[in-house]
Amino acid sequence: MTSIDDLFVRLKAEGKKAFMPFITAADPNLAFTRKVLHKLDQLGCSMAEVGIPYSDPIADGPVIQASYTRALGNKVKLHDIFDQIALEKPNLSMPMVSMVSYAIIHRQGPERFVEDAMTAGFSGAIVPDLLVEESSSLAKICAAKKFNLIQLVTPTTPRERALKIAEQSSGFLYFVSVTGITGERTELPPDLVERVSWLRERTPLPICIGFGISKPEHVKLLAPVSDGLIVGSAIVRLMEQAAVSEQSALLAIEQLVTALLQAAGN
Amino acid sequence: MSLAHPQEASKNLTETTATKQVPDRNGRFGDFGGRYVPETLTRALDELVVEYDRAIKDPDFHAELNELLHRFVGRPSPLYHAKRLSKQLGGAQIWLKREDLNHTGAHKINNTLGQALLTLRMKKTRVIAETGAGQHGVASATACAHFGLPCVVYMGSEDVRRQKPNVFSMRLMGAEVRPVESGSRTLRDAVNEAMRDWMSSVENTHYIIGSVIGPHPFPMMVRDFQSVIGRECREQCLSAIGRLPDTIVACVGGGSNAAGMFYPFVDDHSVRLIGVEAGGRSSAAGDHASPLSYGSPGVLHGSYSYVMQDEDGQTSDVHSMSAGLDYPGVGPEHSYWKDSKRVEYTSCRDDEALGAFDFLARNEGILTALETCHAVAKATETAKTMSPDQHLVICLSGRGDKDAAELARLRGQAW
Repeated sequence: MTSIDDLFVRLKAEGKKAFMPFITAADPNLAFTRKVLHKLDQLGCSMAEVGIPYSDPIADGPVIQASYTRALGNKVKLHDIFDQIALEKPNLSMPMVSMVSYAIIHRQGPERFVEDAMTAGFSGAIVPDLLVEESSSLAKICAAKKFNLIQLVTPTTPRERALKIAEQSSGFLYFVSVTGITGERTELPPDLVERVSWLRERTPLPICIGFGISKPEHVKLLAPVSDGLIVGSAIVRLMEQAAVSEQSALLAIEQLVTALLQAAGN
Repeated sequence: MSLAHPQEASKNLTETTATKQVPDRNGRFGDFGGRYVPETLTRALDELVVEYDRAIKDPDFHAELNELLHRFVGRPSPLYHAKRLSKQLGGAQIWLKREDLNHTGAHKINNTLGQALLTLRMKKTRVIAETGAGQHGVASATACAHFGLPCVVYMGSEDVRRQKPNVFSMRLMGAEVRPVESGSRTLRDAVNEAMRDWMSSVENTHYIIGSVIGPHPFPMMVRDFQSVIGRECREQCLSAIGRLPDTIVACVGGGSNAAGMFYPFVDDHSVRLIGVEAGGRSSAAGDHASPLSYGSPGVLHGSYSYVMQDEDGQTSDVHSMSAGLDYPGVGPEHSYWKDSKRVEYTSCRDDEALGAFDFLARNEGILTALETCHAVAKATETAKTMSPDQHLVICLSGRGDKDAAELARLRGQAW
């Protein structure tokens, strides 16, 4: 059992849904990342997803791309991120997962990456460019070390394949709501609820929905059919202000997250 | 004494001998290639594998493509004996495989017509493409105009600036050129933007990748469409000189003209194959675009191959004066050929390539694309070390008209 497994057991017993904000590490600096994590934890977020900035993120929309560019513009290194997360970890009650490109994992060596991420305090990783076919060796390393490898299912994934991905995933399954890149949407696909419900009946793994979720009404619609919700770009957009005023960025994030948490019923 | 595990034995074999029987069904050229893309694209890539497999088994597909290559593109492209150039250098006989004489002025059209036909077979109604030098953009716009498909071309804004004539040509043929302002505003960023478009449009759109890069099946498919270069060249050599050439030289950015030229010769061990990367200003990091010479294996744009990257796996900035070679990655089959030592890879600096441009212009009356000039520069150097009864072929991948304004700018001359 990882702390993510524990989290979902607890939430289920309480009849609650996971609410999981995504933030970019080191945008605009790691001191601010620590402050945001602290704030999210205080507000009662179930878990935080920390994006490791990458130079060529093809699954990301303009908001997260710009955020990654700002972070990398300050020459931040992976081990600076791990070091600062490790310092903040003892102050946090929520678990954290990293969102990280396979380019970065490969460069470190999968085994070393998992070890270092665990030392920093991460409970798992979401690797958006690692398909289930290519994931078996990393999955083995993760399983041996009790580190969750969270895989993704999308609207273009055939149903049989979705079941296979669910089998190979651990911690939870990341259900991508839209055919496209990350970023806020006004409307979500009409068949999303049906697709998630179908899969949820067939896997014991918790299912969390992400991509495009930005408004309390999205959260209200999707919370009942899922085990949790992930909000990224809507929060990252607010982080941009931190370069001007950290205070006002933190306040804006607090207001948005509070509204989304309420909508999730937490 | 213990026997090697069969898999290890075969691995050792691939380290010393390249084979044409690649990639495997997972798109692996030895260790290289594969598929590192978001799940959203998997279904479209699987569809493409199936449709490509059907197409290459369908005589009608070949007939239609060959007819287009013959009457629309003007194939076969000539193999031209550059006698004056050969005499000037006093070494090997130099032959030019004239891909610059193709319709649209480069080899890129060989691939875009093939992929446009696949687009129609898959019943997709829209095409996107990336471009660096603009030759692939023009070739995509051309194929789309020919078949009546709407076409959007992503191009880094730095490349829009330095390859204006091609931008204008694309627009004349009805394509929409979208300048990309992110990152280094070059080919790498154009690929990123095209991939992002495809993430959202994959249900009705085909992405015509212009080089032997990207996730499986693109590196294999683009190589196959470009292999017409090497197949023709092989036959033309046999008929013109009665044997295979001694050496073949091609430039390598993503590596499509080189892959198409080299692939049919992989099993001909008497033929020395040389790939030339962009050496830029110097061998210092950030000054060149030579991942095979100075990079290391990593993941970029959907496949595992040599790449210019930092210690964290972040893609490094690269430089080449030629937009088509200004790319931090390279096709996975080139990485396979490098590690198996079947192809020698070297690099050529900006100033050497510029010298080759003038040399070919004044001695043969051919204006060559700046990309291709890298191959010409290394080929002239190599030819000098060979004897007059030996034969060297240069893949003359594109013509230089597009570069006239950029050349004037680089030299501080009026245009």
